[in-house]
Amino acid sequence: MAALTPISRTPVSFYVPVVAAAGAFAGLFVGTAQGSGLLGIVVGAIAMGALAYVLTQIIKSETPSRWGTVVLLAVVGYFLGGLPAMVIGGIFGWLFAWFSFWLYEGRYRAKVPPYLTPMQVLWHFTFRVICGAILVFLITPILVVMPLSFNAENFFTFTPEMLRFDPAGYSLKHYRDFFSSSDWQNALRNSVMIAPVATLLSVSFGTLAAIGLSQPHVPFRRAIMAVLISPMIVPLIISAAGMYFFYSRIGLQGTYLGVVLAHAALGIPFVIITVTATLVGFDRSLTRAAANMGANPVTTFFRVQMPLILPGVISGGLFAFITSFDEVVVVLFVGSAGQKTLPWQMFTGLREQISPTILAVATILVIISICLLTTVELLRRRSERLRGMSPG
Amino acid sequence: MSDVTDATTANQAPTPDDAARLADSKKAGPVLAADGTPLKRSLNRALRRQKLRALMLVAPLLIFVLLTFIAPIADMLFRSVENQIVSETLPRTTDLLGDWDADAGALPEAPVYKALYEDIFIAQERKEHTRLGSRLNYELTGVSSLFRKSGRKVEDMGEVYQDQFEDLDEFWEKGENWNQMMGSDDWLADHAAWNEDSGDRQPRFELRDDIAELLPETAAKYEIFANFVQVEDEDNLYTEDPWAVVYSALYDDLTGPNAAQIANYSGFGADKLQAAAAAVSEFETVDFAAAFEDIDKDWSSMDVWQTIQMYSPKYTSGYFLNAVDMQKTPDGPALRDENERIYGTLFMRTMFMSLMITGSCILLGYPVGWILANLPARTANLLMILVLLPFWTSLLVRTSAWKVMLQQQGVINDTLVWLGVVADDSRLALINNQTGTIIAMTHILLPFMILPLYSVMQTIPPTYLRAAKSLGATNWTAFWRVYFPQSVPGIGAGSILVFILSIGYYITPEIVGGTTGTFISNRIAYHISSSLNWGLAAALGTILLAVVLGLYWAYDKIVGIDNVKLG
Repeated sequence: MAALTPISRTPVSFYVPVVAAAGAFAGLFVGTAQGSGLLGIVVGAIAMGALAYVLTQIIKSETPSRWGTVVLLAVVGYFLGGLPAMVIGGIFGWLFAWFSFWLYEGRYRAKVPPYLTPMQVLWHFTFRVICGAILVFLITPILVVMPLSFNAENFFTFTPEMLRFDPAGYSLKHYRDFFSSSDWQNALRNSVMIAPVATLLSVSFGTLAAIGLSQPHVPFRRAIMAVLISPMIVPLIISAAGMYFFYSRIGLQGTYLGVVLAHAALGIPFVIITVTATLVGFDRSLTRAAANMGANPVTTFFRVQMPLILPGVISGGLFAFITSFDEVVVVLFVGSAGQKTLPWQMFTGLREQISPTILAVATILVIISICLLTTVELLRRRSERLRGMSPG
Repeated sequence: MSDVTDATTANQAPTPDDAARLADSKKAGPVLAADGTPLKRSLNRALRRQKLRALMLVAPLLIFVLLTFIAPIADMLFRSVENQIVSETLPRTTDLLGDWDADAGALPEAPVYKALYEDIFIAQERKEHTRLGSRLNYELTGVSSLFRKSGRKVEDMGEVYQDQFEDLDEFWEKGENWNQMMGSDDWLADHAAWNEDSGDRQPRFELRDDIAELLPETAAKYEIFANFVQVEDEDNLYTEDPWAVVYSALYDDLTGPNAAQIANYSGFGADKLQAAAAAVSEFETVDFAAAFEDIDKDWSSMDVWQTIQMYSPKYTSGYFLNAVDMQKTPDGPALRDENERIYGTLFMRTMFMSLMITGSCILLGYPVGWILANLPARTANLLMILVLLPFWTSLLVRTSAWKVMLQQQGVINDTLVWLGVVADDSRLALINNQTGTIIAMTHILLPFMILPLYSVMQTIPPTYLRAAKSLGATNWTAFWRVYFPQSVPGIGAGSILVFILSIGYYITPEIVGGTTGTFISNRIAYHISSSLNWGLAAALGTILLAVVLGLYWAYDKIVGIDNVKLG
């Protein structure tokens, strides 16, 4: 966004106290960690206030002062607490130098409307910090799991070696565990055997039905839709209980087929929703044109309709796949030991707390979901482009 | 459809019914299609065909979902009221108990005890009495052991008669004599021709007609015995000696109303039967009521009999009453004692925690939704990844992450201790309680709140806020009176979604909830896999399902199920 407001340098009486306040805040944490919070506040405020003044009024040039601060604070950090503190100090240095110039040059004003009062500007940035904190909350668990999975010890927390960035603190042993343990490999094999078959079932039935549902005249459309969507709405524990009772009556409980059928049923709503959404933008005259040129319905479907709705079908299939691949409640009840899937194995591991191998598995699963997310996003863009609704 | 060249192709108009109406409105006689049929009928036929084709496309999936999903749910609803086990295991007793009046304060009459003896005898041969015992134990503690004990000792009662008959004549000891006497001629011939090693099915026992009239009780018991031996044990009936209960039935017949006709009987073993008929008056008899009381004095307690009577019907509301902390009493449903009520608290807790989770999701989701809707599209898309990534990550991964982070020795506590916020010896208890469940589930369900909020907020023009401010509104007024009311649909949609999802959650509370942070679904799982009280699990599930469907209905009214979007 172009600058909304012309900017001008701010007076020393504004930015030095603000930077000092930020320094006090940071000093509070560093101080408590070192033993005295109060001292930390005072030292932080004075040091950072002075730093801001020196950088802007004496050095004046931005790039050298930024790197200088990084080096200075990194060295201070190294003497206070070794390697990890050095990294933290470096980050602090970069942050404070940037913050000083950001305030001093008045750059913070550039992107907010000129008519805002100072309080409104303050609120504007406070609000962003709050949102940032919430987004960090959303992402932290994933960020914590990844480094912990390289832990050399069997602990679920960061060891001092890890915090010192000591290579001895890190290892791939949990990944080796995962690939060599027969329990985990069995679980992986079961997951890989169950999820694709369940996906295939729900995608083939679901696509057909979605095409049927998007015809202009469907009797009982709402009722049918409600039935087909219901596996997504009914709480999993209820589905699991019902399936357990019913499948044990008809002898499917504890069989591979039973689990596959159950997972296919759970995946169907996702296929229906995504494919129906894609079909909304499908031009019906294309099928008529194909029929007009002598194609029979099957050819029309595979050569004309299918290629156009394929992105929707694939992303529906990915949803169905991840539903089955992640599912644990239903398989816990409908399956038996022979159908132990990856999530089930993780669930048992978490309940009995065996080893951080779970974290290695979790990391692998996160990477898989990132790949799937990227695929779905690309497909969505492609589908929107095909339909002439390019993303804004 | 390529070969159809006449009117039907023309009928593929986008809206045949509109065209039909158009055709109807022209008063100048019926308009004809190319093949000579009236256009209206032809169009109607095309419409019908279209509907049929749509249904045919939907049918496979509909049948699939009905079989794999709806049928199990229906089965669960059925199980929550089903109670056939009592009347199936104790058919004679429950029959007689129907007339018994518990309020009169007297124990059931002697025939009831005799019926109970016969029922338990047959049930213990089929190994069904323990199942019944554990079923009734849900309603009255102690019944399980009572039935197990009775099952072990009930044989002794019948043996009193068996021994006397066998002492009288060795004829009564042999299974083949019984077969000759009871079986029909056809069956005896078939059985003689059957070769046990051939692998053929054993000829099924058939009763001799006149013996059923002469000795009705004995014949009935013998038929049950023969059926059990042949079908369930798959043994050769010829080599098996009858159960003791057959002898007591024979005693009943010989002393019963038909006794006089025995003198006229002339079939196999007539002389032995007549000799026995003459001797039975000297037999030692069993007082079943006293014998049962001997086994366990609970059989003379009104509670046991009342429970059996109360749960005799094939369908019961007992499970539902249990699920809402009530119980059946002779005076109708009543609340349980204060210290026995658990489900009310559990439902309240589930509601309370789901509300807390929904509330925190609104608090955290609203600012994020706002900022995503108000940032330039490129930045918003980048930040959206941060929202979608957890949404796409496996539930187990996120739950394990929270378990790792919230532990006493976990990342959060370690950080807090390092920062000096809490002392090392007073680390916060963040896991295995309600706090843990609420934190973890808020995180897990937050994307479900952000996405609907974002899509609603995107449609609110930012100019409205500026207009309000230029008209003199303060920041707060402009937000509260102008922006907020327009974002309420998003809050509603997100809240119902989060609430529906959280109320039925199982995995996360199970792992981070400990004992105080669990939901009703954890109790359902416990009843299915540990306590095996399936009926109660089904009743709890039914109540939960009703709540969720109610909310779902509201969601459909407010948002419309067709508007559910993913990703």
